[in-house]
Amino acid sequence: MTIETPPGRGRSRPKTSAPAPVVVPPGTQTPGLARRTAPLRREGPAKLTGTALYADDLVFPGAWYGATIRSSEPHARLLGIELDPGFDWTRVTVVTAADIPGDNVVSLIRDDQPILVPVGGEIRHQAEPVVLLAAADRETLREARKRVSLRTEALPAVFDPLASSVVIAEFDLAKGDVAAGLAAADLIVDGTYRVGHQEQLYIENNAMIAVPRPDGGVAVHGSLQCPYYVHRALRRGLALDAEQAQVVQAETGGGFGGKEEYPSMVGLHAALLALRTGKPVRMIYDRHEDLTATTKRHPAIVTHRTGVMRDGRIVAQHIELLMDGGAYTTLTPVVLSRATIHAGGPYDVPNVRIRSRAVATNTPPNGAFRGFGAPQSEFAAETQLNRVADAVGLSPLELRRRNVYRVGGITPTMQVLRGGVAGEEVLERAAEASEFERTRSRTAEARANRTDRDRTAHGVGLALAWHGAGFTGSGEARMGSVVSLELTAEGVVRILTASTEMGQGTKTIFPQLAAAELGVDIDEVEIAPQDTAIVPDSGPTVASRTAMVVGGMVIQASRRLRAEVEARTGRPFADSYRDDARNHGASRIDHAFEPYPGVGFDDATYTGDAYPAFGWAAAVAEVEVDLDTYEVTVLSVVAVDDVGRVIHPVLCEGQVEGGTLQAVGYATIEEIKLLDGRYLNDRLQTYLIPTALDAPRIETILVEAAFRDAPHGAKGVGELPMDVGAPAVVAAIHDATGAWITDLPATPERIMAALSGIDPPEPPGISAVSAPPSDPGPVR
Amino acid sequence: MTYRLTVNGVATETAAPGMRRLLDVLREDLGLTGTKEGCGEGECGACTVLVDGEVVDSCLVPVCQVDGRSIETVEGLAAGAGSAEPGLAAGTTPAQPGPDLGPLQRAFLETGGAQCGICTPGMLMAGQAFLATGQAPTDAAIREAIAGNLCRCTGYTKIIEAIALAAAAEPGPGG
Amino acid sequence: MPVEPPVVSPATLAEAYVLAGGGDHRPLAGGTDLLVQITGEIGEPPERVLDLWRLAELRGIAVVDSALELGALTTYTEIRRSVLCAAHAPALVEAAATIGAAQIQNRGTIGGNAMNASPAGDTLPVLLALDAELVAGGSSGERVIPATEFWPAYRRTALRPDELLVRIRIPIVGDRQQRFRKVGTRRAQAISKVVLALAWRVEPDSGLWRGVRLALGSVAATPVRAAGTEAILEGSSPDAATAERAAAGLVAELQPIDDVRSTASYRRAVSGRVLHRLLRDAGGW
Repeated sequence: MTIETPPGRGRSRPKTSAPAPVVVPPGTQTPGLARRTAPLRREGPAKLTGTALYADDLVFPGAWYGATIRSSEPHARLLGIELDPGFDWTRVTVVTAADIPGDNVVSLIRDDQPILVPVGGEIRHQAEPVVLLAAADRETLREARKRVSLRTEALPAVFDPLASSVVIAEFDLAKGDVAAGLAAADLIVDGTYRVGHQEQLYIENNAMIAVPRPDGGVAVHGSLQCPYYVHRALRRGLALDAEQAQVVQAETGGGFGGKEEYPSMVGLHAALLALRTGKPVRMIYDRHEDLTATTKRHPAIVTHRTGVMRDGRIVAQHIELLMDGGAYTTLTPVVLSRATIHAGGPYDVPNVRIRSRAVATNTPPNGAFRGFGAPQSEFAAETQLNRVADAVGLSPLELRRRNVYRVGGITPTMQVLRGGVAGEEVLERAAEASEFERTRSRTAEARANRTDRDRTAHGVGLALAWHGAGFTGSGEARMGSVVSLELTAEGVVRILTASTEMGQGTKTIFPQLAAAELGVDIDEVEIAPQDTAIVPDSGPTVASRTAMVVGGMVIQASRRLRAEVEARTGRPFADSYRDDARNHGASRIDHAFEPYPGVGFDDATYTGDAYPAFGWAAAVAEVEVDLDTYEVTVLSVVAVDDVGRVIHPVLCEGQVEGGTLQAVGYATIEEIKLLDGRYLNDRLQTYLIPTALDAPRIETILVEAAFRDAPHGAKGVGELPMDVGAPAVVAAIHDATGAWITDLPATPERIMAALSGIDPPEPPGISAVSAPPSDPGPVR
Repeated sequence: MTYRLTVNGVATETAAPGMRRLLDVLREDLGLTGTKEGCGEGECGACTVLVDGEVVDSCLVPVCQVDGRSIETVEGLAAGAGSAEPGLAAGTTPAQPGPDLGPLQRAFLETGGAQCGICTPGMLMAGQAFLATGQAPTDAAIREAIAGNLCRCTGYTKIIEAIALAAAAEPGPGG
Repeated sequence: MPVEPPVVSPATLAEAYVLAGGGDHRPLAGGTDLLVQITGEIGEPPERVLDLWRLAELRGIAVVDSALELGALTTYTEIRRSVLCAAHAPALVEAAATIGAAQIQNRGTIGGNAMNASPAGDTLPVLLALDAELVAGGSSGERVIPATEFWPAYRRTALRPDELLVRIRIPIVGDRQQRFRKVGTRRAQAISKVVLALAWRVEPDSGLWRGVRLALGSVAATPVRAAGTEAILEGSSPDAATAERAAAGLVAELQPIDDVRSTASYRRAVSGRVLHRLLRDAGGW
């Protein structure tokens, strides 16, 4: 079944006749899903009346204000911390690394990132936290911030990942014989692609408030995606036990990956100050600090060598991928792994070699951002593929038809694609809905007949992507997530998960899934607050895993609860659960994740089922380019996304529309320049995202090629649209102008350089230096 | 200094330094935290409120410049405004909307115009100001009306739908 | 983390002059630039603020002595809605419409734009191209400063510390044509990469251009007139050959810089192309 979404504004679309989607065997379908009227967003009324409480809205009487003193050098030895003796420090609490009760590490993958740089230690990037301050009022705090200085000895900094010798992670995937494949090819196409940093730009900045607990522990309330990441970091850094560390999610104003790992840092800082002062401490970042200090999407350099036959069959891909991790490991190895696995794009190529490496530079650490490495490598893959199409004289649509994965296809990790393979379908649907070939011949004709009088050019571009659903490799199995479902003694059904709501709809779809399974009205199902004192660890809210993995567990827990109650009462759950609660008391199901059957991955050889399933996405973008200023207007995007199963059409479309616009921003205007390892675009006046006037018309078509091993068939939607928008826009710019833009964002400056030969801007993602560069020594 | 403001129809006095941002007066002095701060530099529009019916970024308006003026915030949009229950962070999320959402709020809820919700209060005020002009709710007019309000979740599609829907349901003074 | 400096809000211009005479107050109009500094995160907040917002003397749009006069506190929204501005300064209306979005246009003022003296101030090239005069006032009276002398250096104005900008006069010139074009990173809420204003009269008999004024923003430390290019255009007509010469002249004349928003090469080349386009449109070829 396929859900079609009417376009936002009067654009008629012909009925499509694409290949039928994969049909889920009836036994595995969840009855009624996506057919009934979608429920309204659960927390919508609170958000619409201004009563929803985000971190900065929370009031804790007597709270102090916290601030972070940060480095202003990219690489230095910290020799000392000087507090101006002329200032009255009795009014201020000062915390340094020496005051950290536990381990001075932000617990994540590797223990290399300190909570605060210790005296004698190394500052490895600009804006690195060194000292924490708290005061009862802002004026004192502001004055105190000016009275702290860092004594340092500069060390040589490395900004260019090509010059870094510090490897954070590397992968090497091989399938077939790439040398033989290239040798046998009719044509070889080479390309190098570079992408810069991108900021998540949630509209609510990072914010945490720490409140001391009577048991000597601390409760942290804040804006975050992953309560148990922060919980683990607090236990480790503050030497607390599981009860003493409490993490409570406040209403969260967007995350997009940007609140996956950094909240651990903010939470630790607030907690250190709270424990030191004995008072609640508010650590609310303003936009400048958030932009300056928090993680960005990794810059990358990708080179492709593609061997293709004259008939359009791609026979070999040799891909080299280099990512800049910034100064610390954070999540870089996992980001790199996803980037690597997706680097060839959704094409069945017999001979593939993908070598990837992430290195450290003296820039702020890069981290999670919607797509998690795949947008970088798939931009390169898709732009390369469009150039291959040019080279062999095939339409981009036809070339993709001839190479896209079908059932039985084998990926570079030697995963056999067994079901839910919808690359072909999303491609055909997008082509049809956008009238791609017709538009393309029109733009080609216009290009051929273009005279000097024509000062704007129209172009259309196509891209296709795949996105592994859920964690990479054995991640999910190792995580051991738990979802609980309660029937309370009062007769209330309550879902307990650590999955957070940050706009994507968790709090709406979980009750929806449970209600459908239990046969009750959605209003009869409550969802517990995301508080580690209440909910189990159902894993982080990342990797498009919430609807697919945790949602599946909600269904399974619901089935168990229903069976248990019905066994006792002998009547349907809906008719009997209140009686059961009264007679039997509370019931609780703690449902642990059960690995999907037949899914196996070998971490040692990096082969096997990298993902339990893949989602598929195609986009067709139309642009207009001003031939005098090279300004690009993205007019429309047709986005076709296979999400396995649509749980809630409105929320699902919302994910596609939002992700598509983030991808359009990535393609066109979102750019960070650096000087001495510091971001120059460190306020909203200089880091620009699209406004409503810049946003294209977005037409969403949802496709459902179910993931058979999930009870509801869902594969996740959050990241898919992010992978495919940028290469579609860049292809459209090429169609309009004839210029291939290989560096993102495709700014007017880059388009002008490509068309006129005028000096191109510096490559994206690499810091300029204000002084003559010193010897690039070791980065750490 | 004491300043007299009419906030959501209620006459209010507030003692504050004249250069205090209207945003801080609303959030901290009056406890109206529905209005959000996203950037503090007039770029994101999260702090949008109406002063005498016109949209402003309340982070850029000192309270000394709105003495005697009428201020409208998101808290004033619902029919039962002022009596709204306190926030939900501490408790369990209720299931369905109360009866007192205003027409624009209801349209946002139905179309999916609010996701993470942080731009929503400002977006609603920009939408409200647009509806009050009675302009025809064309795509271009709505986009211009909300161009000062950044949203990172929705791609704006459903926000524009919501405003158009509200405009169709309740024609403004001109329509 | 805002910390509020003291502010005084005089009710009359005379009072404001006295306060300005004290010398250490930072004048405040609509606040769209100054309030950004209140948090102390981006630049230092001012020590003391002189709030001009209540001064009725600084408001209003009128035609006085064959000039369009705009009070310094005229907002961009008022300019956009003004019939007089549409008739006599359409380029100014266009410029006002490109600044920020509604929230900024409702608060930002033309006087604030002039006094902020940013090289990227979007109305400033228009004031240069329209031969505007800026009227400064103080306890000792008023004086008129031509726009060409108003921005002597980066972020500086010709005002003395004890003076306030009172109003802006744009001479009404019969049959004057005006064009405006801003190139920014996005379509709203964007600081310009290049902004260009062009004005001219057509000599009735010959059809030749007279009184040509070409002014640009974001291409130098101050808003600038492009005198060399004006000379190329003066006395010519907007044909293809003139357009080529003028565009090349402009590219040669400008010395922009690389910054966070754009590159010098782009600014130079695009200034030429935008001028070329305006001339092509004016010439109808």
